[in-house]
Amino acid sequence: MITRFLWQGMDRNLRLCVLLILAVGIALPLANLILAATNPAHVPSWVLQLFGKYLCYALLALAVDLVWGFCGILSLGHGAFFALGGYCMGMYLMRQIGTRGVYGNPILPDFMVFLNYKELPWFWHGFDHFWFAAIMVVLVPSVLAFALGWFAFRSRVTGVYLSIITQAMTFALMLAFFRNDMGLGGNNGLTDFKDILGYSVQASETRAVLFFASAVALALGLVISAAVVSSRFGKALTAVRDAESRMRFLGYRVEGFKLFVFVLSAAMAGVAGALYVPQVGIINPGEFAPGNSIEAVLWVAVGGRGTLVGPIIGAVLVNFGKTWLTGALPEVWLFALGALFIVVTLVLPKGIVGLWGQMKTRSQNRKARAPA
Amino acid sequence: MNAPTVRSTSALLYLSGVTVSFDGFRALNNLSLLIEPGEMRAIIGPNGAGKTTMMDVVTGKTRPDTGEVVFDGQADLTKLDEASIATLGIGRKFQKPTVFESHTVRDNLLLALAGLRSWYKLLLATPTREENQRLDQILSIIRMEAQQHMPAARLSHGQKQWLEIGMLLAQDPKLLLVDEPVAGMTDVETETTAQVLREINKTHSVVVVEHDMSFVRALGVKVTVLHEGSMLAEGTLDQVSADPRVVEVYLGR
Repeated sequence: MITRFLWQGMDRNLRLCVLLILAVGIALPLANLILAATNPAHVPSWVLQLFGKYLCYALLALAVDLVWGFCGILSLGHGAFFALGGYCMGMYLMRQIGTRGVYGNPILPDFMVFLNYKELPWFWHGFDHFWFAAIMVVLVPSVLAFALGWFAFRSRVTGVYLSIITQAMTFALMLAFFRNDMGLGGNNGLTDFKDILGYSVQASETRAVLFFASAVALALGLVISAAVVSSRFGKALTAVRDAESRMRFLGYRVEGFKLFVFVLSAAMAGVAGALYVPQVGIINPGEFAPGNSIEAVLWVAVGGRGTLVGPIIGAVLVNFGKTWLTGALPEVWLFALGALFIVVTLVLPKGIVGLWGQMKTRSQNRKARAPA
Repeated sequence: MNAPTVRSTSALLYLSGVTVSFDGFRALNNLSLLIEPGEMRAIIGPNGAGKTTMMDVVTGKTRPDTGEVVFDGQADLTKLDEASIATLGIGRKFQKPTVFESHTVRDNLLLALAGLRSWYKLLLATPTREENQRLDQILSIIRMEAQQHMPAARLSHGQKQWLEIGMLLAQDPKLLLVDEPVAGMTDVETETTAQVLREINKTHSVVVVEHDMSFVRALGVKVTVLHEGSMLAEGTLDQVSADPRVVEVYLGR
C-alpha cells in the first residue's frame, strides 16, 4: 500500500530528478575519496561539506514549498523545525563525546560541568541512543507543528497573521535557547562533536556517508512530497490554497488537510537539520534567527513556488551565490539578497522553473497565432 | 422517529426566531422561514435586509444568537460547522463563480463529487469506476467534455458558470442556496440562468437570493421579502409587489 502510494507521484521528470540527486550523492563522495588530490576531477573535502550543507537546505526548502506552494501557508518559522531537528542530533552527538570532553565527565557534557549541573536534565535522557535521537528528530518538530497548527487552523488563522505567528514562534525559541538554564548550551550551542555511530565525524569516510545520507533524504523527501501532491489529497490541498471557504462549503474539513502537510513538512525540516549538524559540526540558537526562515522562503520563491524541483534548484543556487559573494565581496551580500527579493517579485513570479514554463506558453501562443 | 427533544417538521428547511447581531446591529431580527421539499423560493429585499446573513446562518458560516435552524426535519444546523452542513446536503453557489483555477475541469468536478471528504482516505484513493462514470455524465450535461483536461483558469466567464453548475450537480445537494446568480449578466444570460435553475429544481430544492425583479419574475416562484432582518411579506411576486409596505421599502421614504 505504501509503495503504491509513493509510486503514484512518480512521473518521468521526477524519476529523472531522483536519479540525478542520488547520482550526485554517490559521485561527489567517490570523487573525494578515490581520486588523488592531483586529479582535476578530485572533489576537495571543503566542497563536499559545502554541497552537503546545500542538500540539507534543499530539503528544508522542499518542506517550506510543501506548505507554502501547495497549501498557501506562508510559514516564516520553518527554520525553527530545522533547528529543533538539529538540536536533537546535536544532543546525541554530545552524549557520544563521553570522557573525551575537556572536563572528562563521562555523563555530563562540558557546558553542564562548567555551569555546575549536578545531573543530566530529564530531557537529555535517551539521547545516548542513536535510535532514540533519530525518533526525536522527527517527533519534536512534528509535535510542535501539530500543537501550533491545531490551534491556528482550528481558529482559522490564515494569511499574514499565521506568518507572523510562525515568525514569533522561531523568535521565541531563539530567545529561549540562548538562555543557559535551558540546559542546551546557551549561546554557544552544542559543538566539539567526536563520533557518530562509533565513527569519527571528522573522518572523510564519515563525511562521504553523511553526504550520501543527505542526498538520500532529499530524494526520499521529493518522492514523498510528489506522492502527497499528486494524490487526491493533493488536489484537495491545492484547492484549499486557491479557495478555502469554497472547500468548506463543499464539505471538506480544511483543518485536517492543513495540519497533515504542516506536520509532514516540519518533520522533513527536522530531518534536514539533523543531517546538517554533523556536517557543519555545530548547532547554536542562531539557527532559530527569523532571518534564516525568511531566507528559506526566498530559496523557494527563486526556484519556483508550487513546483517540486524549484525549491531544490533555488536553495542550491542562492546558497552557492551566498557562499561566493560572502567570500568575494562580503559587504554586498545583503544588498544582493534584497535585490533578489525585488527581482523575483517583479520578473519571476513563478521562479526559475516557472520561467521555463512562461517561455513555453509564449512560444505556444506564437505558434497558435501564426496560422491565423 | 419523534424524539421529544428534537423538533420534527416536514419542512426541508425551517428557521424560527433567528436573530444575529454584529456589534449591536441586528442583521437578522426574529426571522422565521419555511422551505418545503422540492420547492424553489426567491428571497428578495433591499441592501442590508439580511439576505446574505441568512445564507451564512444556514450554511454554518455564522452562528445565530438565538433561534432554531432545522434541516430535513431533524438536523440542528446551529450546532454544525460548514463541512458537516455541506455533507448533510446543503450546497451554496456564490455570486462570483468560484471554481478552482489551477485544477482541470474534470478535477474540479471530482473535488465537488459527493462522497470522499476525509483527508487520510484521500491520500490513497483513486477515482472509482462509478465516480468516473458520474464525471463523464456531468461533463456531457454541461457540454464540457472537450475542455475536461483544461485548467479552469483558462475558461471564459460563461464556461466557469457552467462548470460551477456542474460542480453543484456533482455535489448533489438536497437544498441549493444561490446567491445573486444574475448579478452583472446580460438579459439573455439572465433568461438562460432562470431556465437552468428551473431545470435543477426538478430534482433539487432551491433558494435564490436576488435583487433583480425581472429575474425573479422569470423564475415564477413564491417570493419572500426581507426587510431589516425580518420577513416583510410572502406570496407570489404580484401579491408582494402590491403590498404597500413592500412598495414603501423598495421605493424608499
